[in-house]
Amino acid sequence: MLGDNRLGVSVSKSVAQPGSSASSAHTRGHRRWVRVCHWLSAAAFMTLAVSGFFILMVHPRLYLGHAGNDLMPALLTLPISNNYRPDELHSRVTFMAVPGAPVTAERNFAIFNQNGWARSLHFLAAWILVVAGATYVAFGSVGRHIPTNLIPRGRELAPRALLQDLKSHLRPVVGAIGVGPPYGLLQKLAYASVMLVVLPLMVATGLTMSPAVTASFPFLLDLFGGYQTARTIHFFGFAALVLFLLVHIAMVIATGFGRQLRAMTLGN
Amino acid sequence: MKQQSRMPRRVFIKGLASSAGVLLAGCTPMDPPTYGNVLRMGDLLTYKAHRLLLPAHSLAREYDYSDISSVPAIGTTNPADPDKSSYSREHGPVYEQLLANRFADWRLVVEGSVARPRAFSLDELRRMPSRTQITRHTCEEGWSAIAQWTGVPLRAVLEAAGVHPTARFVQYYAYDGWVDGIDMLDALHPQTILAYGMNGRDLPISHGAPVRLRVEKQLGYKSMKFLRRIVVTDHFDDHGKRGLIQNGWSWYAGI
Repeated sequence: MLGDNRLGVSVSKSVAQPGSSASSAHTRGHRRWVRVCHWLSAAAFMTLAVSGFFILMVHPRLYLGHAGNDLMPALLTLPISNNYRPDELHSRVTFMAVPGAPVTAERNFAIFNQNGWARSLHFLAAWILVVAGATYVAFGSVGRHIPTNLIPRGRELAPRALLQDLKSHLRPVVGAIGVGPPYGLLQKLAYASVMLVVLPLMVATGLTMSPAVTASFPFLLDLFGGYQTARTIHFFGFAALVLFLLVHIAMVIATGFGRQLRAMTLGN
Repeated sequence: MKQQSRMPRRVFIKGLASSAGVLLAGCTPMDPPTYGNVLRMGDLLTYKAHRLLLPAHSLAREYDYSDISSVPAIGTTNPADPDKSSYSREHGPVYEQLLANRFADWRLVVEGSVARPRAFSLDELRRMPSRTQITRHTCEEGWSAIAQWTGVPLRAVLEAAGVHPTARFVQYYAYDGWVDGIDMLDALHPQTILAYGMNGRDLPISHGAPVRLRVEKQLGYKSMKFLRRIVVTDHFDDHGKRGLIQNGWSWYAGI
């Protein structure tokens, strides 16, 4: 229970008197490298999300496998642009004289396409995210921040503990709550899965969309089941990260927006 | 300690200053210009990282015949059609005449930093050793398609023209007015071919007849259709207002 800063009464005592409890880990707030990596990643992520959405608008269809285009069935067609107009593809020609043979057709209408700046901005932000993320994982591993504060202990993951933490999130927050670690169980799971699972997956599926990278590392295409499957996973990773961001901001607001913002910027 | 380095101090300082300049500018005169644009600097970083970290001669995935997929034709679908927005008033009428004669008069001019500038007819290209590959076309828009391409390796054509040892880039020009270029590493790559066949037939007009480039380690827009001219250069050419960079696109598209 003490480890859960959402049940903050016991924790908030020590926060209220930071000078008197120098020995307590609860008052530590956020370390400098955590703050730097956090804001660099946050800026990079927002840039990636916006530019990625523009890129997706150009071809708002998702597929599985290696090939996928307007002449093939899609797994999902998103209603985010008017670029998919199958009725306006003309001069259809079949390549081979067999039933169900692949075809070609001409697209002669202008589409919405802002990929020039969007893709270049996407990669610029990706470089920043990779550097910030790698720095975070390096410092977090050496300084034990990740194993200590982000990875839940075995018994923390008991269904009862999970349920209890979930319930506590549904109650209104009373009083001040500590900033920084120790984190609650769901908080640990959220941060650990974003930093250690989803973001690395985004980088890997992103690289799988690169013709030059997959020429050198063809196992990426096999790992994800093809260029289009990697693109589809990249999209669902984006959706998961946006969901995380919304919950993250909601929690920050619920526990004192100004305090949390100051703590993540100034440390305490 | 004083004489630790045999390099004269002045030379050393000059060298240090110029390498610092290169580091600050992030590029050498051989690289695509950034014009101080932060997006182009990011493109340059990606290009340099690929050239530094990725093996130069790895091949793009080649697929089975049964993997061949449908493929839309986008961009210019016929350079002779004056109603299209991509119509070139300079080259469109010429393409129309070539088309009327089924490309018998078509020539691929190869010039620039070469010992023997020359023009290849379609038949001459067909008589050269060919390469057939089933590869994935990865469009910058987000779609992909798999097709079989047959053509002559660009390397063979460049060797026939005798590329000068100082050459660093290959520029190419098309009948729809497009112009672009690749570095010598991609130009000499075994899968970089001048394709005249697609899925076992002549290259269709909508896919770039009579000859298009295939650059398999970059996005589709580098695989230019409707080729008319190839120029080997010793230095980078951004092609001014007609080139990719000044139009806001990354010159390197290995992504």
